[in-house]
Amino acid sequence: MGDVTKEQLLDFYKTMLTIRKFEDKAAELFAAGRLPGFVHLYSGEEAVATGVCASLTNKDYITSTHRGHGHLIAKGGQVDKMMAELFAKVTGYCKGRGGSMHIADVDLGILGANGIVGAGQPIAVGAAFANQYLKNDAVSVCFFGDAASNRGTFHEALNLASVWKLPVIFVCENNRFGISMNQKDHMNIVDVSQRAISYGIPGVTIDGNDVAAVYETAKDAISRARKGEGPSLIECKTWRHYGHFQGDAGLYKDAQEQEEWLKKDPILKLEEKLKVLKFAKDTELKEIQQQIQGQIDAAVEFAENSPEPSPEDVLADVYAP
Amino acid sequence: MTMALITYKEAVRQAMQEEMRRDENVFLLGEDVGVYGGAFGVSLGMVEEFGEERVRDTPISEGVIAGAAAGAAVTGLRPIAEIMFSDFITIAMDSLVNQAAKMRYMFGGKAKVPMVLRMPGGSGTGAAAQHSQSLEAWLVHVPGLKVVMPSTPYDVKGLLKTAIRDDNPVVFIETKTVYNKKGEVPEEDYVIPFGVADVKRVGRDVTVFATGVMVHRSLEAAEILAKEGIDVEVIDPRTLVPFDKETLVKSVIKTGKLIIVHEACKRGGFGGEVAAEVMESEAFDYLDAPIKRVAGKNNPIPYCMELEKSAVPQVDDIVNAVREIV
Repeated sequence: MGDVTKEQLLDFYKTMLTIRKFEDKAAELFAAGRLPGFVHLYSGEEAVATGVCASLTNKDYITSTHRGHGHLIAKGGQVDKMMAELFAKVTGYCKGRGGSMHIADVDLGILGANGIVGAGQPIAVGAAFANQYLKNDAVSVCFFGDAASNRGTFHEALNLASVWKLPVIFVCENNRFGISMNQKDHMNIVDVSQRAISYGIPGVTIDGNDVAAVYETAKDAISRARKGEGPSLIECKTWRHYGHFQGDAGLYKDAQEQEEWLKKDPILKLEEKLKVLKFAKDTELKEIQQQIQGQIDAAVEFAENSPEPSPEDVLADVYAP
Repeated sequence: MTMALITYKEAVRQAMQEEMRRDENVFLLGEDVGVYGGAFGVSLGMVEEFGEERVRDTPISEGVIAGAAAGAAVTGLRPIAEIMFSDFITIAMDSLVNQAAKMRYMFGGKAKVPMVLRMPGGSGTGAAAQHSQSLEAWLVHVPGLKVVMPSTPYDVKGLLKTAIRDDNPVVFIETKTVYNKKGEVPEEDYVIPFGVADVKRVGRDVTVFATGVMVHRSLEAAEILAKEGIDVEVIDPRTLVPFDKETLVKSVIKTGKLIIVHEACKRGGFGGEVAAEVMESEAFDYLDAPIKRVAGKNNPIPYCMELEKSAVPQVDDIVNAVREIV
């Protein structure tokens, strides 16, 4: 358990719950046909983004994925601007140009969700190089899934990060599926962290549904990176509650396995822990839940009442002046 | 202005050196760009001046070279990334096309990606199909990228400086067969703005629009034709994106005839775009003959040097095309 305090655990709880409730709302809105495109939901994986981003500041960078809402919220993204982006409104993070898969805010250190699997790794390496070059003690964190570790960019990026000793932490969210393909069919190893050996960097596998474990492990890796001791790979075993995207029935998932993993829900686990440690009572947790639900509802209202982008602006910002 | 006679390659190197002295956030990365000096010796001696921190040898990993350049650019640096041969851009395409080119737009205008991807392009070295291509049309097609294709030492230096100072991803295609060609270049600092074509030869009978090495071949062809009393105007766009339509349209209005010359395969080449721009412009009414394209044949570049020559336009091909149209 290390030195995780009551305040930290409660903060983690609020962040994780914000992600969950944001995703529940996004699922509901999408199912009702109110959001264009598609949404890839992070529900079930909240402990990873929350535990990792707890040790980052706005000066640190992250690269995210198509399943990015959780990373953005954990890194300080505001739910109202995110929701407005999902609604394709001008008040959204990308003025309605990016949508769910491209939400970014460079000032918050968010270098973008990404529609291309495995594309964040080279970008995170470049940001880490900038940090090293500018000697500013900042780090970058690259979130990606198990299947992205099969991409060539993963290998190119880990290798370069290792030889240049860059301050970057590669965080694999192993949710066991690359879209529909089970990990056992898309790679011949059990632990993605084994791949670190090939690049001479530390690699560990942890329970990605235990926010305290994620926090402790990431904190050490981030601190090593800040001290100039180079990159790390952290594999967080987890499970996505929904399908690949909202609307995917998840036929490739084993029903029993799904049920078992739902029992290991990171938010339920944390609630139990908070109660066992007497850090919070049921009533206090309920209060937090209501408060966060209120924020999400307000975000939807903000998005609904925001103006649409204007078609005459379609060419704006293709190029910087 | 004091002029110095230097090679194209030296002009590229000087542009990088001067910009690196001017701005400490500019750095060079790529395969063997350090002590080795790059595959064509363009960066020879630079690591000695700037150190390994700013002249960075990378593993053979084009995906991460371009992607890391994008990542470093969006977080405050101004990388110059060298892709050893323009053919290898295929390996870097996701980082360039799906990431660097689109970041600013996707992020709602709240990012800038000041990076230059330098790469030698073109055939003529007997290096066969994977080290000789002219792929500029692919890149021109991608919104968010600027595409530069200089043909002379003067142009390459002034344009590379502009590219390095530009806040957008710039694909900078160097003409490898003219790396050792000399030309006059000012010793003082100068830049050439993007989107301004250069009339390399003024003429009144026919407009020849050419890129890269074809600028030189067109100028040679023009001298031959001059002896026959045909006065050729040669226009070098220098940058394909942004494109200086005005200079071309003006020239076609004057001559009434247009020949487009490029080394890249004719099918889907930039020449089609140029022709369409003219057809859609006020110059259409002044055309006295159909626009003609003299371009690479639609085959991979062969190894045998005689075959290689027949695959891309030579001086004679340009001369003949002009004779047919005049």
